[in-house]
Amino acid sequence: MTVDSGHIVAAYDDEMQQLTRLFSRMGGLAEKQLAEALTAVERRDLDLAGTVKDSDRAIDDLEHEIDALVLRMLALRQPVANDLRYIISTLRTAADIERIGDYAKNIGKRTIAMSSVGTPPMVRGVVRLGRLVQNMLKKVLDAYAQGDIQKAVEVWEADEEVDSLHTSLFRELLTYMMEDPRHITPCTHMLFIAKNLERIGDHATNIAETVHYHVEGVPLAERRPKADASNYAVVTPGEETDK
Amino acid sequence: MSAVTKEQAAATDTTAPVSALPKMKGRKVCVHYGEKQALFDVDIDILDKQVTALIGPSGCGKSTFLRCLNRMNDVVDICRVSGDVTLDDGDIYDSKVDVVHLRARVGMVFQKPNPFPKTIFENIAYGPRIHGLAKDKTTLEETVEKSLRRAGLWEEVKDRLDQPGTGLSGGQQQRLCIARAIAVEPEVILMDEPCSALDPIATATIEDLIHELRENFTIAIVTHSMQQAARVSQKTAFFHLGKLIEYGDTEQIFTNPKQEKTQGYITGRFG
Repeated sequence: MTVDSGHIVAAYDDEMQQLTRLFSRMGGLAEKQLAEALTAVERRDLDLAGTVKDSDRAIDDLEHEIDALVLRMLALRQPVANDLRYIISTLRTAADIERIGDYAKNIGKRTIAMSSVGTPPMVRGVVRLGRLVQNMLKKVLDAYAQGDIQKAVEVWEADEEVDSLHTSLFRELLTYMMEDPRHITPCTHMLFIAKNLERIGDHATNIAETVHYHVEGVPLAERRPKADASNYAVVTPGEETDK
Repeated sequence: MSAVTKEQAAATDTTAPVSALPKMKGRKVCVHYGEKQALFDVDIDILDKQVTALIGPSGCGKSTFLRCLNRMNDVVDICRVSGDVTLDDGDIYDSKVDVVHLRARVGMVFQKPNPFPKTIFENIAYGPRIHGLAKDKTTLEETVEKSLRRAGLWEEVKDRLDQPGTGLSGGQQQRLCIARAIAVEPEVILMDEPCSALDPIATATIEDLIHELRENFTIAIVTHSMQQAARVSQKTAFFHLGKLIEYGDTEQIFTNPKQEKTQGYITGRFG
């Protein structure tokens, strides 16, 4: 039984379908934003970076539309059971997507900022992290649309890889900075870009947890495996990195 | 963890399943009206000092089941009840059971407020008097006041106890009927759509009252309003076409029902 059909009150079905449409559009935009932000970093494409920066507004607007529709549905329909879980999950996930949009926008801004300070290091590594996260995002949005728990759990587990990749990038970028102070500006931007990507991965896992709740009605019980050690990472001059 | 914090944790943990001993039990309860079977093998526990809501579309058997719990179906000639219904493990359909006594233990409040055409005082005093619960005038007066207080009506009527009960507003009349039901100190109160004739404010007052009555009484309520079932009950039973489809904690029924039919009904997909 899908949530957007079969209600005695047909207007309720219409609202459900409208919610699904708004959400798919929002998810699609976020995927596009992330993909283009990564391409902009990879090719140092300032025009594309500018487009990414300016397009975030559309995602924010969609989030407001979803907020308003959900508020209306809660007030007028008093949803219960799977309808309630779907509506609340969509509201929650829209907030995750909005943040993902913000991170993509920030990557665009940093790409523009870095253009004046020479070739940034570690572009390939950071882009690799980005493509990994991009796949997670795509997969988790599919899982959302299809109510596919298996896929959601795979995304949830994949975040461990993102975390460890982020930690190793962090250490490498610190090493670069120690080698030459002129690297500090681009490396710091790259650090933030990597951090943004790692955060997008976290939001993707949030969405995976939400998919689980929506479909099963219970939260994912276990604790997620974590491998982000960058909070504790210290590199002192002269130390070898562990790449 | 100390005992106190454990208790606190249990009190705040809204996901903890509702548990209490069963006050009444129905086992394989079947009801026929003439040739037509209205209930099919219903197994259900009405838990002690909890509110159990019976929901389902019209004709699903929820009121029929409620009326089995104090043998109100006995008054319908063509009605035949089989299976077991127990109150504190005693069979209420046993031939030795005094039905009048049973209905004093298992009281009932109906859909439409039905006060006796007597004074407010007499409406309450009638039950205790015929059951011999008040040995003198003072005790009777105390019982009347206590019952009206418990029903949240005392402050509104204390100065006009000698006026007819039928002169009260709908919501007040329904609280008068609840006061009348609790005046004989029942153990279980059955409510058959007690708010369907009331406005939202009077409904809220009754719901608040149900919440307070749960401290002392076991309550089973039939309601057409699912929101009301969700608000007032700890356990919910969903009936469809004479069968009990699902029975569980109210929170679970309304957030994560196990049966497709329950989900379809409570989300407004059939009725």
